[in-house]
Amino acid sequence: MATEIIPPNQITMANFKGRVEPDWCPGCGDYGVLAAVQKALVELQIPQHEVATISGIGCSSNFPGFIETYGMHTLHGRSLPVATGVKMANHALTVLVTGGDGDGFGIGCGHFVHAMRRNVDLTYMVMDNQIYGLTTGQTSPTSRLAMKTKTTPFGNVERPVNPIALALAAGATYVARGFSAEQKHLTELIKNAIQHKGFSFLDIFSPCVTYNHDNTVQWFKPRVKKLEDNPAYDSTNFEAAMEKSQLWGDEIPIGKFYERTDVPTLTELEPVLNPGPLVHQNNRIPAPVAKSFIDELM
Amino acid sequence: MRQSFSIGIGGAAGQGVATPGDIFAKIFSRRGLHLNAYNAYQSIIRGGHTFLTIRTGPDNIPTTNGHLDLLIPLNQDTADRHLRLLTTGGACLFNADLIKPGQSADGVQLCPLPVSKLADISRNKVAQNTLAIGAALSMMGIGFNSLESVLEEQFRKKERAVIDENIALARAGYDYATQNLKPFDHALSLTDARYAVLSGNEAMAMGAAAAGLKFYCAYPMSPATGVLHWMASHARKADIMVRQVEDEIGVINMAIGAAHAGVRAMCATSGGGFALMSEGLGLSAQAEIPVVVIDCQRAGPSTGVPTKTEQGDLWQMLGAAFGDYPRVIAAPLDIADCFTLMPEIFNITDRFQCPGIVLCDLLLAEGRLSVDPAVLDFNPAIDRGEIITSNGEPHDKYLRYKITDSGVSPRVIPGIPGYTHVVSSDEHDEDGILISDAYTNHAKRRAMMEKRMRKMDGIAASIPPPQLRGPATADVTLIGWGSTFGVIDEACELLREQGISVNHLPIRWLVPLHADAILDILNNALHTIIIENNFSGQFARYLRSETSFVATGHIRKYDGEPFFPQHIVDAVKEQLAGTTTLSIPEHEVMV
Repeated sequence: MATEIIPPNQITMANFKGRVEPDWCPGCGDYGVLAAVQKALVELQIPQHEVATISGIGCSSNFPGFIETYGMHTLHGRSLPVATGVKMANHALTVLVTGGDGDGFGIGCGHFVHAMRRNVDLTYMVMDNQIYGLTTGQTSPTSRLAMKTKTTPFGNVERPVNPIALALAAGATYVARGFSAEQKHLTELIKNAIQHKGFSFLDIFSPCVTYNHDNTVQWFKPRVKKLEDNPAYDSTNFEAAMEKSQLWGDEIPIGKFYERTDVPTLTELEPVLNPGPLVHQNNRIPAPVAKSFIDELM
Repeated sequence: MRQSFSIGIGGAAGQGVATPGDIFAKIFSRRGLHLNAYNAYQSIIRGGHTFLTIRTGPDNIPTTNGHLDLLIPLNQDTADRHLRLLTTGGACLFNADLIKPGQSADGVQLCPLPVSKLADISRNKVAQNTLAIGAALSMMGIGFNSLESVLEEQFRKKERAVIDENIALARAGYDYATQNLKPFDHALSLTDARYAVLSGNEAMAMGAAAAGLKFYCAYPMSPATGVLHWMASHARKADIMVRQVEDEIGVINMAIGAAHAGVRAMCATSGGGFALMSEGLGLSAQAEIPVVVIDCQRAGPSTGVPTKTEQGDLWQMLGAAFGDYPRVIAAPLDIADCFTLMPEIFNITDRFQCPGIVLCDLLLAEGRLSVDPAVLDFNPAIDRGEIITSNGEPHDKYLRYKITDSGVSPRVIPGIPGYTHVVSSDEHDEDGILISDAYTNHAKRRAMMEKRMRKMDGIAASIPPPQLRGPATADVTLIGWGSTFGVIDEACELLREQGISVNHLPIRWLVPLHADAILDILNNALHTIIIENNFSGQFARYLRSETSFVATGHIRKYDGEPFFPQHIVDAVKEQLAGTTTLSIPEHEVMV
């Protein structure tokens, strides 16, 4: 059983420094996301051994290698089922899931929808750069119409997925959007998302400096508007969140779109987990129970 | 000659074939009779043709055999299809209001039941079924008492009037038969033993529970769904987390996630679902996270014949996922073995931190067998392998993928202070750092590949070599794998009764294969025949690839139905006579 070796309030950024430096392109938005996640964990004083960071495949999915937690680098698009399995087996862990837009909204989109309807207590952060980077610049599910990439040399004709609206429709209980260049705001959102009981989804603009010349930091900066700056905005109002999710163009909202706290998490709904994390439970079937299983067959 | 008695019950799906089958199975097993049951059915919820065969007797019943002593057709179609299979001494119990039996063989007793006279059929649609059960037990000389208690249990969720009505119906059928029908010539020898009756799916589920399984997930797919059903209905008693997942890709990855977090995890599917899982199998091997996958084979390719059996997935298992990686594949030999194999394969996969595949098939998964309850051992040896569970040294000392002589690196369960690390799908160094990008290093890649593959030596040393059954030398050696164990054993008995000396080499552990032990046996064999339920001789090809051994002949079947002993007997005789080296038995009846 885990015991605390780091005294409270002494968890610092150094605790979360990865064994190797990130090898993302200089200027990549993912650096900002990494720093915000580390800061959030420090501010929440969560020891690194109580955190599992699970990713799929892609530039941003190398994330677990750059932060010192129990990391897991899985298959393309499969981070959410793996993370769900980890959480089911040990719900005492804080489970962070990281990946990109191709990983989450392309190949992994089916799992994305189901993880949200299950309300499994994960924090899913998508570093959305609207392009496939690691495969050197192809269109992604969030690439805008008319965007020219290696696979859309004459301009993209497929409309992009709207991750915020999709998450709302699928029943996510926490839906937010961040921007890697808005560090303080992003850190707060990540803290908030980790503290949320249930599935929290964060779509994070994390511009690709190499392959996406349309949606750059400079492009986003004048457009992003924080929902938190509008005191009238009510993040418990589903219809308002859906309406805001449709905005794109001169004004692109970032911040917490929606949160509801009245839906039990998958963990809470499973009586099998009542005695505590599965991993710490006895793995022997008690003799009277075993006998009852055999008696059914006699 | 093995003493046995076979009952066939057939009708359209939805007519209630399963219930009489369950009732017979309970009665036989409580009267100390063994049984083996197989349901030939179609991928249809209502209508079509379902034919359940239950073979019972005082000794173990290794297989059904196509022979019938008693036919209970619930509709005309069943009578038309199966009546001609009855031979002298057999009987057909049928609803005289509904069914006109055709021409039967000499010495077959046709037993019309005047159902509308014995029961109020306007109220009870399945009255004919219960009447027939009562009549059958009378003719078999088994007595009525056991039936009454089984009916009480069978209908316990119904109201009292329904239970009483069914008991009265059974009694009416029993008494009618006692007064009007001729009993069977040879009554079965009842014994004091009591057996558990279970399907292979139930056996695998229970075996896994006994092995300490804590996480099970699946997507429904015939014929593996029975494992999910057992798990779902017993999860809370067994303290197993059970999830139905959106697809098999999600399934394998969720199981891997749970296994990574430190519990024993398993999933089950059939060939199509397994195809979706194969990339995940590679992740299990590469990240060195043990997971057990059951494949209940059905007739393929593609969606194939969902309700029919085959041993056609062997090469899919051998080649599942790209790249070379350690894996273990075992095929249970019978339904009891479906239970006993599970703790063994969990121990192997935990010790060697690799995927383990249980290669079952519809014949075992959905067939049912009487098993001595002592076989269902819920206290088997559990070996979780090298796992670090205590607090450790500072993290920079721990190497998740430490290079060792055995290839096994001690695992740590996430959550323990001092051991944070990354497990990875991309190739990695000893500490889990990816060597696919800036740190690419061919020497490290080679060392990691060799480390992982060294596990195969340890696995081979941990599994027993196959054993020859029967005399050390014989005129002919029959080779099978997995579910053909029972039918080949019985074929051997029949061949010996006809003066042909024969032995049997059943293969249970397919990967790694004990090539030397197998060659020691086969190099001394005079005439070898490989028997398998597929078109291309998948095991024959595998055996040749691993040993260069080429068998004298082959018996194959790929019509969706299992082998019967007589198929093998006839084929062996024609091959010993030199007529052919490839026999493909005909299945005699449309089911």
